[in-house]
Formats: sequence, structure tokens, C-alpha cells
Amino acid sequence: MPSASQNETEPSVPPPNTISLKVNGRDVSVSKTFQDPVSKCPIPTTMIQACSVAGIEVPHYCYHPKLSVAGNCRMCLVEFGTPAMGPDRKPILNPDGSFRITKSPRPAIACATPVSPGMEIYTDTPGVKQMRESVLEFLLINHPLDCPICDQAGECKLQEYSVEFGQANSRFVEKKVHKPKQVDLGPRIMLDDERCILCTRCIRFSRDLAGDDALGIVNRGSYNTLSNFPGKPFDNNYTLNTADICPVGALTSKDFRFQMRVWFLKETKSLCTSCGTGCNILIGSREDKVFRYVPRENDDVNSCWMCDEGRLNYKWIGRGDRLDSVVVRRKNKKIETTGWSSVLTEISQHLTSAPKGSVSIIASARQTNEEFLLLAALAKQCEALTDTIPRTGPGDNFLVSPDQNPNTMGARLTGFAKGIPGENLQAIAEGVRIGKIKTLIVFGEDVTEHGIDADAVAKLDALIVSDILPNATTKLADFLLPGCAHAEKRGTFTNVKGRVQKFMKAVEPPGDARPEWEFLHDLLSKLSGKTDCSTIESLFNQLAENVPSMKGLTWASLGDSGVTVSIEPD
Amino acid sequence: MIVKRKALSFWERLYLPALLSGLKVTIGHFFRKSVTMQYPEEKWVVPEGYRGAPYLVKDQEDRTKCVSCQLCEFVCPPKAIMITPPGPASAPETGNVEKAPLEFEINMLRCIFCGYCQEVCPEEAIFLMKDYSLTGTSRAEMIYDKEKLLALGGVHQDSIQKWKRKQDEAEIQGVGAHPVVNHGSTDK
Repeated sequence: MPSASQNETEPSVPPPNTISLKVNGRDVSVSKTFQDPVSKCPIPTTMIQACSVAGIEVPHYCYHPKLSVAGNCRMCLVEFGTPAMGPDRKPILNPDGSFRITKSPRPAIACATPVSPGMEIYTDTPGVKQMRESVLEFLLINHPLDCPICDQAGECKLQEYSVEFGQANSRFVEKKVHKPKQVDLGPRIMLDDERCILCTRCIRFSRDLAGDDALGIVNRGSYNTLSNFPGKPFDNNYTLNTADICPVGALTSKDFRFQMRVWFLKETKSLCTSCGTGCNILIGSREDKVFRYVPRENDDVNSCWMCDEGRLNYKWIGRGDRLDSVVVRRKNKKIETTGWSSVLTEISQHLTSAPKGSVSIIASARQTNEEFLLLAALAKQCEALTDTIPRTGPGDNFLVSPDQNPNTMGARLTGFAKGIPGENLQAIAEGVRIGKIKTLIVFGEDVTEHGIDADAVAKLDALIVSDILPNATTKLADFLLPGCAHAEKRGTFTNVKGRVQKFMKAVEPPGDARPEWEFLHDLLSKLSGKTDCSTIESLFNQLAENVPSMKGLTWASLGDSGVTVSIEPD
Repeated sequence: MIVKRKALSFWERLYLPALLSGLKVTIGHFFRKSVTMQYPEEKWVVPEGYRGAPYLVKDQEDRTKCVSCQLCEFVCPPKAIMITPPGPASAPETGNVEKAPLEFEINMLRCIFCGYCQEVCPEEAIFLMKDYSLTGTSRAEMIYDKEKLLALGGVHQDSIQKWKRKQDEAEIQGVGAHPVVNHGSTDK
């Protein structure tokens, strides 16, 4: 949306790059052009954007602020007028000095009509009301009207606008045209052609943004049908975004389809943890079960989109084999399930007695900034060698980052792993093997895959492990501390570009599992005797004080969309 | 305050006349029509419009009418209804029925027989029937599952028969609506 430069005090001298006009009699000024979301070139500002600046929502289906304009649904029809021009090509003025307006005899679609100076837009006239009603009547002619079965019900624009602008009864007595249902478009998308209103949002998204021109409309007239090319599945890594932008229930996610009605879902602002991009998401959960991720708009990070891989990477959160109790494995192989306070006391006694330099910490770059701050403090206390484990993938040039850890930057900025991720791993593995390192603390990684196998672990005095899911390392752990998934705690991540963003808690952790920052804080206060920063807010504020590039940030000032900090090495 | 006791008349002090008039009423009842029912062998037939236990119904072709839209679950004031909607792998053998509940539970201990579920149901799939004496020996037994609710609900003579009508219309128009049209997806 172009930012409106407010200029209401002196309307006679507008800045050269803005246009003043009236929407329903209200003066607004908008910039002449805005950046096209696809080509990134400046294009003229349209009436729908001017209305939005004026705080008036014009109903629309095919228009989407992040897509190219198609202008096919006709839902955004508005009436307008322009200043009348005299023979000298100068505006004719009324006696009071205002422009004399000639009302256009025809309406125009607000999404594709550029604004002009002095224009007046009317969105609440009887004519506009009648047009909206008629457009909706046409859209509903062949629509099956099966909201009870439709997965979109509750977040369907057709439903919403029908209630707001439609007419109560259908005058259509003929047989509806039937189209293919439950069409298998690709591995993740299911299409119901009867519900499709042919807005072509999905086609434009796939072609312009995902770079996979896979969809198109076939057949003519009322038999218009959305389809993919025969034999070519719709299977790029961004297909599920089309289910998001589909204003009706035509495109649905196979994963979420019929799982839960959307009005039961609690939406929690969170972040995707599948790569270093840190796409903003909403977690939809009900009764401590995560049902879906949907992207949350943040123009500085992910716009309105997220990749399918990240979106579907949530099922492990509620898995049955989650670690949910504190386990201590004694030297005589006896396994005890114990409580948090006794295990933390035992660990702190062990760490106090451990000689300086004999402790090492390997933490996953999936831990939060706050946890890295505490881990760095722990490392300083024990003079420990620290590192994270790098995880890289191919990445792409849209959203997916080659760094598949969500918080590599956080580990660097907090000083936990200052250098290249993984540079100390060799030294730690070697230290364990020769017996120099006697205590190994592992957070969220399987170190047996990184040069520290069971034989090496046997040489340790203590292996302290915190993790979420069982793996080879958790099986060997002397102290096993069950941690939380990001959906079960609060915290912040720093993405690859240095954007510090916070995420909220959506569901309760299983059993005795506790957020890592909580028990790390307890452990540190046992070690050092200090008990400050017992909340995530104060912990973040302390983090901001300690990290030079985050100076001045507070938990509250991060907002929902985060703040970009400098990632230049200091 | 002291209420002064009324002095009894001679007739009242005789005692027997009052006893006899009472016995007259008692004996009179011997000759009236009996109003007592031999419950539970004999059961009271409730009047039309009585709101008893809510049960699920099937249509004439043995289709579960419920499409698990979860509106009853949403509207239920005591939260007695719990529906598990089908997963993505909902059975393809059910013809053109797109959606049906995987599980449908009503906790009859919670149910307040308000009838909102029947009122809100867009598919006419749940009705408050005339059952008023629901008994069980445990709390778990009082949570009625889908099978039990359908068995108790029986068949509803459905005049609309939505799924059949949809199927017929689609067949006339030559749209092979079902089974799933595959446009060449390789990954299933």
C-alpha cells in the first residue's frame, strides 16, 4: 500500500508526487505511483488503494495487494466522477471555487482504474450496492452452496460478502452446472472446481511469484474450469499459498482439509523454524494440538507467503514419543526419573566441581536468542568451548534460505558461537576422545552424528542433554532434560538478515518438559547465586543490553513484525 | 404473637365424621381409572415437541446425514458434543459423500436437551428424540459414540436427499464427479 502523505492543511499546493482526491466526500491524498509487486516497477495508484487509504474497504475477489491486477471478478465496481474540463483544458470551477465534477456514466473496477487529480469515488451509492448484489448473484449461480462441507467456511470471502452485500434468496431455478470435484492437482493441493469463482489469483501467484506457470483455465463460458497441464502435477514448493489466497474453498490443503473448522482454531503469532528466513506465521491450534501453520504478513521478511516444506513441518510437535520426563542415568546403569529442582542441583554441583576448561557445550542453532544468552553465560562460567552445528540445504531465490537453522545469527550475535558454525566441532570431538573434555552439554542436537560416538561418550564424566525428541544422544545422556518446541514457549530468533522477531506460545508442553530458558536460568542462578531476569521479557531486555547491535531494543518494541539489527561483525 | 386456638364444635369433637369423610375420598379412588404406570415395563409416551436425547440419523439409503460441519459442537452451550472430523484420507468408497464424521460423541451427562444442535444443523442430521430416561453404570458409558447415536437415531425419511440429487445431476451432465479425477499427480 502506498503511504499517503497527509497534506490536508494546504490542499492547493500538493507535493508533485501525490494526487488529491475524494472518497465518499472525504479528502485523501495518495502517491501517484506505487511499486508493482511483481515487476517492481512504479505503476499508477488505483482507486482501490485510494479507498483503502481513506479507510474504506471495497469488496474484491481477484485483486490481491501482492499480486498483479487481473480485474475479472467485477466485485470492486464503484462509481466515480472527474473534474469537468473547459475548452481551454482547464477544470471548470463551481462558484465556491471547488471543481465541478462530471459523474462517469459507467462504473469502473476500483482495482484497475488509476486515480487522477480531483477525482471523486463513491462506494456507498444505491448503484454500487445494486452492482455488488448482482455480481454476487452471478458468482453464486453455479456455486454449490455447501458451506457445511466446505473447508473454507469461516474464512470465505464469498460467505462474508454474501452476508454483507448479497441478497437473501436465490432466483436461480435452473440446474446448476456441475464441474469436477476433489481434483488431485498435486501432492499437497486438492481442487473443487464447482466452488471456484475463476478469480485467477492462484494462476497469477504461481506464474509471477512462484515461477511455476502450472495452472490455467480451460473450457468456455459457464464451463470455465481451473486446471493444471495434463500430466504435470502442481508440485512446486509454494503451492499451499494458493490455498491461502483462494478467496473461496476451491483450492484446499490436503494436509488441513477437513481436519478442523477454522473457527475453533486459536491463532498464535509465531515464526517458522525450518530455515534462516524466519517467515512470520500464525499457528492454528485447538486444545493443545497444532493443526496448521499459515503465513502472517510481514513485508520485511516473507510478505504474505511461506514455503510448503516449512508449513507442513509441524507434526513432530505433538508426536507421541516426545521427551516428557527428567531422567538421570546413574553410573551403575540405573535409570531414575526425577524432578527439576533435584536434577538442577545435581548438575550445578557437578559443574561447580568440574575443572575449568573441561566442559564443552554444543547447542542447536534452533535455540532462541535468550537461551543463547544464558548458554553463553554458562559457557563463560565454566570456561567452556562452545559451538553450534551447521545445517545447510539448497535454498531458493524466493523464501527458502540455504541456512536451515532458524537462529544461526542469534548464536553469533549473542556470542555463543562467534565464528563459522561448526568450526569448533572437531576440537570438541577430539577433546572428548583424548579425555580433555569430561563434561559435555548438548542442546537439541544428536552429537553421535558429529564425531562424538558412544565410545567417546563413555569417556565423559557427564553428558547433559536437553532435547525435544529422542535420538541416539538422548539415549546416552546422564542427565536428560526435556525441552520445548518453539510453539510451546516464547522467545526471539534472529534471521539470516539480522531481523530479531519474537514468537508466542501456542500449546502446552507435554509432561514435565519445560522451556529451556527457564531451566537454564534456574541452573545459572544455582551456579552464580544471582536470580535476576526470571521472565522472558527481562531476559530479552538484558540480551539487548549485552549485544551491541541490539542496544536499545526491548521486548515490547519488537512488536509483531520484529526489528532489523546490524549483523556486521563488531 | 400468640394465635388463639379456635374452639372445636361438638360435631368436630366427635372425631369420627372427619375420619369417614377422608375414607370416602380414599374409597372413591378405588373406582376411578388408574393413573399409575408400571414403570419401567410401561413407559410414558411424551407429547409432540418434547426435547429428549439428541441422536444422529441416516437417510433412506443408509448414508450418515451428518457432514461433520461442527456447528452443533460450536453452538452446544454445555459443550457436550465432540466431533472428530475426517482426516484427508476420508473414505473414497462412500460415493459422492464428501465428508462425514470420523467420530461423534455426545456426553449425555453434560447435555441439557436445549435443542440448539437440532436447530443449527444445516443437514437435518441430528434430532432430539423422545428418550428421557438415560441410564448408565459409569460416566464413560454415558458418552454416546457415533455408532450408538446412529443406532438409536434410526432412519430419517429425507425428502431432499442431497447427495443422491447431486450425483444424479452430475451424471446427467456427464461430469464424472467421482471418484477423484487425477490430473497426473505422481506423488500420492
